[in-house]
Amino acid sequence: MTPLASCLLVAALLFSIGLAGALTRRNAILVLIGIELMLNAANLNLIAFWRYGPHPELLTGMMFAIFSIAIAAAEAAVGLGLVIQIHRHAHTTDLDAMNRMKG
Amino acid sequence: MQETISFAPQLTTSPISEILWLIPAVPIVAAGIIALLRQPRRKVSAALAIASLSFSLLLSLCAFSHVVAGWAHGLALRETFNFTWFQAGATNIDLGWVLDPLSAVMLVMVSFVSLLIFIYSLGYMAHDENFTRFFCFMSLFAGAMLGVVIANSLLLLFMCWELVGLTSYLLIGFWYQKPSAAAAAKKAFLATRVGDVFFLLGIVWLFSQTGTLLLYNNGAGSIESAALSLLLAQPAIWGLTAAGAIGLLIFAGAAGKSGQFPLHVWLPDAMEGPTPVSALIHAATMVAAGVYLIARVYPLMQAGALAGGTTTALTVVTWVGAFTAVFAALIAVAQNDIKRILAYSTVSQLGYMMAGLGMSGVAVGMFHLITHAFFKALLFMGAGSVIHGCSEEQDIRRMGGLKSDMPLTFFTYAIGMLALCGFPLFFSGFWSKDGILEAAQHWSVAKTPFYMLVFGALLTAFYMTRQVAYVFFGHWRGGKEAHESPRVMIVPLAILAFFAMALGALGTPAWPWFRAFLEGRSVGFDWRGFQEPGLMTLMGVSTLIVLAGIGLGWKLYGDQSPKPEEPDALERAIPPIWAALHNRLYVDEFYGVTVIAFYAWWGRVADWLDRWAWGGIVAGVAWSFGLWAQLSRFIDNNFVDGGFDKGCDELVAGGGLLARVQTGRVQTYLRLLALAVLLLAVILIWSSRA
Repeated sequence: MTPLASCLLVAALLFSIGLAGALTRRNAILVLIGIELMLNAANLNLIAFWRYGPHPELLTGMMFAIFSIAIAAAEAAVGLGLVIQIHRHAHTTDLDAMNRMKG
Repeated sequence: MQETISFAPQLTTSPISEILWLIPAVPIVAAGIIALLRQPRRKVSAALAIASLSFSLLLSLCAFSHVVAGWAHGLALRETFNFTWFQAGATNIDLGWVLDPLSAVMLVMVSFVSLLIFIYSLGYMAHDENFTRFFCFMSLFAGAMLGVVIANSLLLLFMCWELVGLTSYLLIGFWYQKPSAAAAAKKAFLATRVGDVFFLLGIVWLFSQTGTLLLYNNGAGSIESAALSLLLAQPAIWGLTAAGAIGLLIFAGAAGKSGQFPLHVWLPDAMEGPTPVSALIHAATMVAAGVYLIARVYPLMQAGALAGGTTTALTVVTWVGAFTAVFAALIAVAQNDIKRILAYSTVSQLGYMMAGLGMSGVAVGMFHLITHAFFKALLFMGAGSVIHGCSEEQDIRRMGGLKSDMPLTFFTYAIGMLALCGFPLFFSGFWSKDGILEAAQHWSVAKTPFYMLVFGALLTAFYMTRQVAYVFFGHWRGGKEAHESPRVMIVPLAILAFFAMALGALGTPAWPWFRAFLEGRSVGFDWRGFQEPGLMTLMGVSTLIVLAGIGLGWKLYGDQSPKPEEPDALERAIPPIWAALHNRLYVDEFYGVTVIAFYAWWGRVADWLDRWAWGGIVAGVAWSFGLWAQLSRFIDNNFVDGGFDKGCDELVAGGGLLARVQTGRVQTYLRLLALAVLLLAVILIWSSRA
């Protein structure tokens, strides 16, 4: 097994764990955590493809990853802010209770 | 017969003839200003009207004295001032005015009589709420009438002619609240319009033949010798030349305005207007406009006459005039309305004027026109004074004995009455009527008009005596006691009475000043004028006739004071004739069953055509469009709408279906997302392997 393949395998595992968490948990905060896991799996892929790609000296992959982490931080802040507002409004963080956007 | 009048050629235009247009323009402008004034501005409006007319009178007197001065130097003056109004292609439409003895005399008469009547109206209309409107119309009338007088272009004359017709309509219907006044106004307008159509035809014909509407234009005018010889060479119908036919058409217009048979019916009804209107428009000036028109176009009427002979047009004028004179005088005998008697008398006297024009040239007819204007205005204003004094009573049977209640009115009225009857020597009517009778005696065509006119004179004396006897003699038979009129009404009466007597001096056979003035000949005082063969006999006969008429009238009516309910003295003597005369010889009824019935029938036909023929077509078209619309609606409802509605329903149903996916749960969406990602991955893997 090449180092790239093992890296991709780890990333795929991590993504699956995040997806499972996001889909199965009913707590909004845990769903957010799952999403963060999936994001980081994607970051890991970026690093791996760069590191074992044709031009590891160009630092492109690392730059992508750093941007992505910065955006993920902002996203996490927005997400947590939303969750706090929802909690203040409905006194719960259960996502199933929040179906007011029903068509 | 009439001598050919030669006028001096025009060398220069004097300043007075250049500003002649101001004479009609100033009263018309005054009328415009009065029209803008508010109703309560009575004094301003009356002052404006009277001031503008005084100005016109002053200017007319200047013009008159200018013409007289020229005449004294042996010049028969005729000054014209022409200008081009507009051009249509190569044709010039010219307007202009003329100053000659004829227009000068008329100018002075019209402005002077109008001024007196305006002053008289101050008293007569004092209590009328539409005082301002009255003076506006009167002023407009005076201006338009003066315009007719000075016009040197048939077009300008026709425009002013229609303007006087309009003001006549407005003033007859002045008290339009009265249905009879409104009807009379309409009748006057329509009856004169009949004549005016012929007049217009004549004008158009003349224009098409001669290419100009100017009457005098230094030899190029339409009634000067060059144009006349052109017209004489042109045959029309029934052996008439174009000149004769145009003359007859113009005479038809004159007959409409001057109330000649058979178009006289409007004039007696016109008495529904205020009395000053009757005096000014329907006695002194407007109705005389027809006579003036014939005098104005006299060269045309006379064209083609052989030496001492006459023309067809003039013969027609004479017969119509003579017939009207007797016809209207007969009707006047059996009327009971003080103003209607005078109205028929006016029709009759206009007949005399026409006959005078037809038989003996301009001077005779015009002299009667001038004297008649004064004494008939006097009579009408006297009648107005009587009506005013008797609280608006107009039936002579309900008056009587007024000579002691209204002495001044009686005195002036008597002068007017004697002038109208032609009482010898001291009254103008005697001399002017004698001129006409003399002309009739020497007329070469027939003697019948002479006898007709003599009979008319007898009737005139008779009906005037009857009226005066009813109104002023006997005892009072009315309601409220009569009172004398205010001084503002009496003074104009006195002035007119003076002229009704004095004017006769201008036309005696010994000193025929008026005739000489109009014809541009010199005149001197000469008793031998009376020695003309047959003249003294004629004067004697006419005196006897007048005395017989007055005597007969006095015998039947003098100091009798019959009760209003009693039949008239004549009615007892000759009932069937009285009935016919009292009903105005059934002319109105005759028109009722012929002309009016025809128009009513034609109106019904047109109505039927409109309703059923044209209306049917319109209704058919409307119905077919309605049918088409119904069809379109059916297609819309059942096909177009159905498809559209179905589409809408489908859309709504589809929306409902899709709305179910929208659960509002975040995790459902996430799951769908994951499923889609999985599907994408499977597809990608699948396709990369292939």
